[in-house]
Amino acid sequence: MQLFPCPFCGDRDEREFHFAGEAGKVRPDTAGSEAEVSAKDWSEYLYTQRNDHGHVREIWMHLPCQEVFLLERHSVTMAVIGATSFRDVGTKEASA
Amino acid sequence: MTKTYSAFNLLREGLRGQKGWGPAWRSPKPRATYDVIIIGGGGHGLATAYYLVKNHGVTNVAVIEKGWLGGGNTGRNTTVIRSNYYYPESTALYDLSVKLYEGLSRELNYNVMFSQRGMVVTAHSEPEMELAARNVNAMRLNGADADLLDVDQVKKLAPILNFSPDARFPIHGAVWQGRAGTGRHDAVAWGYARAADALGVDIIQNCEVTDVITEGGRCVGVATTQGEIRGGAVGAAVAGHSSVLAKLAGYTLPITSFALQAFVSEPMKPVIDTVAFCPPYGTYFSQSDKGGLVIGGGLDRVPSYGQRGNMPIQEAVLGGLVEMAPALAKVKLLRHWAGIVDVTPDSSPIIGPSGVEGLYVNCGWGTGGFKAIPAGGTLFAHILATGTHHDISRPFDPDRFITGRLIDEGAASGIAH
Repeated sequence: MQLFPCPFCGDRDEREFHFAGEAGKVRPDTAGSEAEVSAKDWSEYLYTQRNDHGHVREIWMHLPCQEVFLLERHSVTMAVIGATSFRDVGTKEASA
Repeated sequence: MTKTYSAFNLLREGLRGQKGWGPAWRSPKPRATYDVIIIGGGGHGLATAYYLVKNHGVTNVAVIEKGWLGGGNTGRNTTVIRSNYYYPESTALYDLSVKLYEGLSRELNYNVMFSQRGMVVTAHSEPEMELAARNVNAMRLNGADADLLDVDQVKKLAPILNFSPDARFPIHGAVWQGRAGTGRHDAVAWGYARAADALGVDIIQNCEVTDVITEGGRCVGVATTQGEIRGGAVGAAVAGHSSVLAKLAGYTLPITSFALQAFVSEPMKPVIDTVAFCPPYGTYFSQSDKGGLVIGGGLDRVPSYGQRGNMPIQEAVLGGLVEMAPALAKVKLLRHWAGIVDVTPDSSPIIGPSGVEGLYVNCGWGTGGFKAIPAGGTLFAHILATGTHHDISRPFDPDRFITGRLIDEGAASGIAH
């Protein structure tokens, strides 16, 4: 088994983790009655993936402790580069 | 040099020490310009080239392959061919493929060993039996063959399965598709390659696309490790690396890449003569003509481009196999591998314009690309030759992610991709 690092619990078995999506996507702004989001923009947000070959930044959850964090890894070698808790960096910065 | 395969030629070459066979396809230097360039020499790319000549008379065609024929996903699957889907759009697509496979060995003069041994998809509770009945009805309404089997009928077809009432998931019945089966995956690539080559298609191996050339927003060719090649239309059939090519060309795709693992056991005497899939165990298997069990399961849990699998899915698939057929618990594995599949949000493929003018895509087949090779080739050739959709490929256009008309087979037929 590969070990993934949970920022809260430390290294744990990969089966305890859930891949939640790519980092860096910003939900279209729907606040206010003026906000009109085109079908194309919704599609980009919902479906389009970077799916990078190499260094990737992803949102993962450690299921036992429910920690949501930013995982950086290599999508070819599967090497883990680092994990950052969203509590430490703030959601905005981590997803930038 | 012997060009065609026949019983007479086999006998003659057998007596002459097999010295008269020629290469099955040429290895030409790329020309500067082609009418159509196909990126990717897998099953879909080679089939597309073949049907471009055969159905549309487009003879000036190149297939560019970064590795060797049969080295990618075409040689990394579990060879199952079937059309047991739910939606009419899917059945039209996959059943076209089964029909083309039925005549393929004769058409290509190459034995692709399509063996219509049928497929059972088991149901393990009364509610599952109701869903199985719904699926059988849908398949029949859409024109595919399907039968609902009770437990005794399943027992007759695949007695090696676990029929114990104490099984973790006791078998109640199954969906049966008799026209489904298995094929020889390399032979499909080699057969199409040989037939396309005979029709004048240039198959260029060990030639990697390093850039996509656009002029005035239109794709006019590709830069490769063997120089620049220009084309009137460019088609990308590069499953596994669809997003990598998209990045080169500047379009986007709704694709996530995952490894899909498969296993082959040591050869043994015949134990099963159909394809058996038990969804709750996440495992399916068949027996190859050489006697090895060919075993497959679900996707890996981690997005990946590494062509090797990870342990959790190995455990799930092989543990599932032992639950599914306890008699196989002591069988030894011979080989294990993984291919990279490009998975879309609705588990249906993407066929159509890429968003860059002159460049078209055939991708997103997920775990089901092999069974779709003849249909994918037919439809993609139609698009590349005419610039417009075939009726069967229209619903699979990438615009469905904007209009919302998804064909969600992952939810509908419960397939593992």
